Amino acid sequence: MTVKIEARDLTKWYPSRNGPVCALRDFSLRVEEGEFVCIVGPSGCGKSTFLRILGGLITPSSGRIELFPRDEKAPLQNIVFQEYAIFPWKTVLDNVAFGLEMRGVPRTKRRETARDWIRKVGLAKFADAYPHQLSGGMKQRVSIARAFANDPEILLMDEPLGALDAQTRVILQGELIRLWEASRKTVVYITHSIEESVLLGDRIVLMTAHPGTYKTEFSVPFERPRSFELTGAPEFARLSYAIWQELEVEVKRTMEKQL
Amino acid sequence: MSGSRWRMDPCTRDRLLSVFFPLALLALWEMAVRLQWLDGRFFPAPTAVAAALWELTVKGELLGKLWLLPGLIAAGDFSGARKVFAEGHLWVSLFRIFSGFFVGAIPGIILGVVMGTNRTIRVALDPVVSAVYVLPKIAILPLVMLIFGIGEVSKIVIVAIASFFLVLINTTVGVRDIEPIFIEAGRNYGANRRQMFRHIIIPAALPIIFSGLRLSLGTSLIVIIAAEFVAANYGLGYLIWFSWQTLLTENMFAGLVVIMILGALFTSGLQALERRLMPWQREELPASADGADVGGTGAKA
Repeated sequence: MTVKIEARDLTKWYPSRNGPVCALRDFSLRVEEGEFVCIVGPSGCGKSTFLRILGGLITPSSGRIELFPRDEKAPLQNIVFQEYAIFPWKTVLDNVAFGLEMRGVPRTKRRETARDWIRKVGLAKFADAYPHQLSGGMKQRVSIARAFANDPEILLMDEPLGALDAQTRVILQGELIRLWEASRKTVVYITHSIEESVLLGDRIVLMTAHPGTYKTEFSVPFERPRSFELTGAPEFARLSYAIWQELEVEVKRTMEKQL
Repeated sequence: MSGSRWRMDPCTRDRLLSVFFPLALLALWEMAVRLQWLDGRFFPAPTAVAAALWELTVKGELLGKLWLLPGLIAAGDFSGARKVFAEGHLWVSLFRIFSGFFVGAIPGIILGVVMGTNRTIRVALDPVVSAVYVLPKIAILPLVMLIFGIGEVSKIVIVAIASFFLVLINTTVGVRDIEPIFIEAGRNYGANRRQMFRHIIIPAALPIIFSGLRLSLGTSLIVIIAAEFVAANYGLGYLIWFSWQTLLTENMFAGLVVIMILGALFTSGLQALERRLMPWQREELPASADGADVGGTGAKA
């Protein structure tokens, strides 16, 4: 096993009107190459902050973060954002080709790659549509395709399905499993859904309430390829419940703080 | 029975209503003048205004003596050809509006993007911009004439100043209000500075930049008319002012009609440009004030 991501004692302070706020506290995590790690925690626990540190969008106040590239020329990591961070002013095709265009991939080549991924997420008919013509689920497919098309070594997913309705979510979970199992990239997946993490992940890391840090972790023993059928298995329910028992305290603590 | 005749498609009904009601108003006006309910010397009948408009055109006051153009061009007298346009009120005003508009709007967009992205420059310039912005631009016309003289330049400058601040403020707001997630996505996918501007900042701010352009073109029209009232020998503002002073009210109304047409053309021209430049914008249905009564039957496709 090769280590792909190594985070040690990451802490992030944000300035605020009432003095500095700690968003992430002494968080350490090691992710192996090809591993699908889900990070679950109550809202406001700093899981998105951690992902943004991984994505190079913010720098930690203290601690060390290292990503180990295999190929120096290929992109190292890309984020699939929560909500719909695809560009409304670009067509589906140009959105999916965005990363490639930024890297200077020639037009014909990048369009070919983008079309390929658009087909894989089932949007072939909408390649030239603008995002406002698409449903929420379709937009999130574009967002996923944009990351996969850029072919990074690590995929960082920030609650990519969080804004979708329950049924669309099930469909997209299935598609994510299929896409990932075909590529086996290293994934860090942020979610607040326990079932989603058990269905998708190899390992589930729980975080404490704000200011968030590592609490405990579970490894997910289910074989791949997986599908939604897994959610009907008794072991699935048992594992989900075990995770909930750990998480419940943290969620309640978060709720008490908000009162 | 007769109900089926009246229950027409609501779209058709709206269109007919919007054409026939104004026509009815004009007819009422015409009738009021002819029956001498209204004093024709102050409120000339629409037909009289139309006749005045025709007169102004064929005498070459509104559009210049266009019929001289072919001869002048054939003779190679281009300064004479230019003079033809310089004597048409409409061209004179349009020239002032558009040169001032471009001279003001382009730096406005550039500085607006800089102010929107650079905090230091924004904090430093914001009080100055806000202070000058609230000043009615026509109020500084005397100052501008003091600096640039009473010629063309001062009129272009006053329009440029008015456009500049409107475009500047809108562009700054447009750039500042870009969803941070778009910037994050750009950075995460490795956009460099130039790509960031071209692919994210400019297109994301474009709708608000355009509303600034729309406002400033409208303001340009107001400012130039006002400036021409007081300090010009040509232009639509001058035409209206001079007609008032000499009690040629038909010409005054004719000038108003031309300005109305200009305003409508500016608006629809900018809308067409917006649709071309921003094909991703949701097609907005025209808001109907009485949309509620269209309700159930008005199934819009």
